[in-house]
Amino acid sequence: MATQHSRSIARLMMAPAVVLLLGWMLVPLTMTLFFSFKKYLPLRGGDLGWVGFENYVRFVSSSSFWPAVGTTLLIVGGVLVITVLLGIALALLLDQPIWGQGIVRILVIAPFFVMPTVSGLVWKNMFMDPVNGFFAHIWRLFGAEPIQWLSHASMPSLVMIISWQWLPFATLILLTAIQSLDSEQLEAAEMDGARPVGRFWFITLPHLARAITVVILIQTIFLLSIFAEIFVTTAGAFGTKTLTYLIFQRVLESQNVGLGSAGGVYAIILANIVAVFLLRIVGKNLDA
Amino acid sequence: MARATSNRQKLITSIIAWAAAIVIFFPILWIIVLSFKAEGDAIRTPLGVLTSSWTLDSYAVVQDRSDYLKHFFNSVIVAVGSTLLGILVAVPAAWSMAFVPSKRTRGILMWMLSTKMLPAVGVLYPIYLLFIQLGILDSRTGLVIVLMLINLPIIVWMLYTYFREIPAEILEAARMDGAGMRAELLYVLTPMAIPGIASTMLLNVILAWNEAFWTLNLTAAKAAPLTAFIASYSSPEGLFYAKLSAASVMAIAPILVMGWFSQKQLVRGLTFGAVK
Repeated sequence: MATQHSRSIARLMMAPAVVLLLGWMLVPLTMTLFFSFKKYLPLRGGDLGWVGFENYVRFVSSSSFWPAVGTTLLIVGGVLVITVLLGIALALLLDQPIWGQGIVRILVIAPFFVMPTVSGLVWKNMFMDPVNGFFAHIWRLFGAEPIQWLSHASMPSLVMIISWQWLPFATLILLTAIQSLDSEQLEAAEMDGARPVGRFWFITLPHLARAITVVILIQTIFLLSIFAEIFVTTAGAFGTKTLTYLIFQRVLESQNVGLGSAGGVYAIILANIVAVFLLRIVGKNLDA
Repeated sequence: MARATSNRQKLITSIIAWAAAIVIFFPILWIIVLSFKAEGDAIRTPLGVLTSSWTLDSYAVVQDRSDYLKHFFNSVIVAVGSTLLGILVAVPAAWSMAFVPSKRTRGILMWMLSTKMLPAVGVLYPIYLLFIQLGILDSRTGLVIVLMLINLPIIVWMLYTYFREIPAEILEAARMDGAGMRAELLYVLTPMAIPGIASTMLLNVILAWNEAFWTLNLTAAKAAPLTAFIASYSSPEGLFYAKLSAASVMAIAPILVMGWFSQKQLVRGLTFGAVK
């Protein structure tokens, strides 16, 4: 139906967005790849020549690599488990008839709109501070010794802070999915004598499967690059150095650009593996 | 009988839901309380905090001592500027993909989304270096450009899904009535597209306002928006709970209000239409 003329106009209209994104992707990526094969120390001699795959080998054989992998997996895994399980529970709860539904929804969703540096610092100081924090006061009230949250229980603390930020996202998406469930199907099951647990297992949960997958994939992509929360709370100390944070330190703090760039390439490959799965789901939906 | 049980059930679920909501919202509620306290009172026990006197001092101190409004203004410029620029680039692209789709449309859309999934840290140094060489490190211009680029895929994508919902029959009807290309665009399509554009802008202002990787790494004292300014409280001097609370409340309040209006857009924009 579209004429040759309208086609070329369409191409022209698309050009700015395509060119900008192409540049945004190709230029820095090429530079990262370039640096990753060099010994490049801007503050200590600059460009010291090509080194082949040495940076790639050194990045994975450094003593901080495996701990960083572990920390990353623990944060991503921990936050995913907490937000998906609690998110399903909250979505089911908010789907019920309750008084003040609108306000309850607003309160539950609020943490998502708090900027990461604020939530990191508020949790660190006002809640987890072992002297003046809210938790410390509560612990003392019961005669217990306050916990040194961010130093002695650094990983659970971080997982808790990040889960608090992402729980609203999971809840909101799962709630949207639940509300699109055909209520007649549930009523029919109820009439046939299916118990609430059975209705949940055999009707609601299968219906939610796709939404859960989407939540997991999108959160994984964002959680892999968690940065500000760590930056303002522990700054990577006490075993909270993720891969993202490790690369940041190599590149900007110790200015070992070659090594950091090799790490960056690993991070890009990792994110792409997740992205392939996500894009496949999104693409399927595009056809529908 | 049935009604009585359902009312009782509603009461119980309501109580559970309210309890959960208050627990989740509590950290925000607590910093609102602390922001209206004197520094000495803000570190007391929860009961001590609640029974101490209320004051607006912290809000004044934050402004006086650290020029809060400057950073607030930076945030506004960066969030609104990057969104407007993004819309300007994205509207024609989304428009042409929605109304003149070709075999490649799908591939282009998927590719655009994939650029959103590029981990920022992987390109940190190149961007940092380019910023130094272009002289835009620690400048609002630089941040506007970067935030526009990282959110562009989401903007294009959201606009595309909104535009695609505009029925093609309406265009045909307008054409039958003798509307020219310009009239069609001005009187038929634009009014129908405006709600979608507004929703997209809303979500993107929120995302840009809260972005905290590039804002932390590419700014210093001059162009720091609120995300980076608040981060300076990670190494404070003396008592600072009330000040940090006041600064935080002011930083999140506008976005909280906007966020409450954008629940639907959030689902659409952040799941790329995979959940409806």
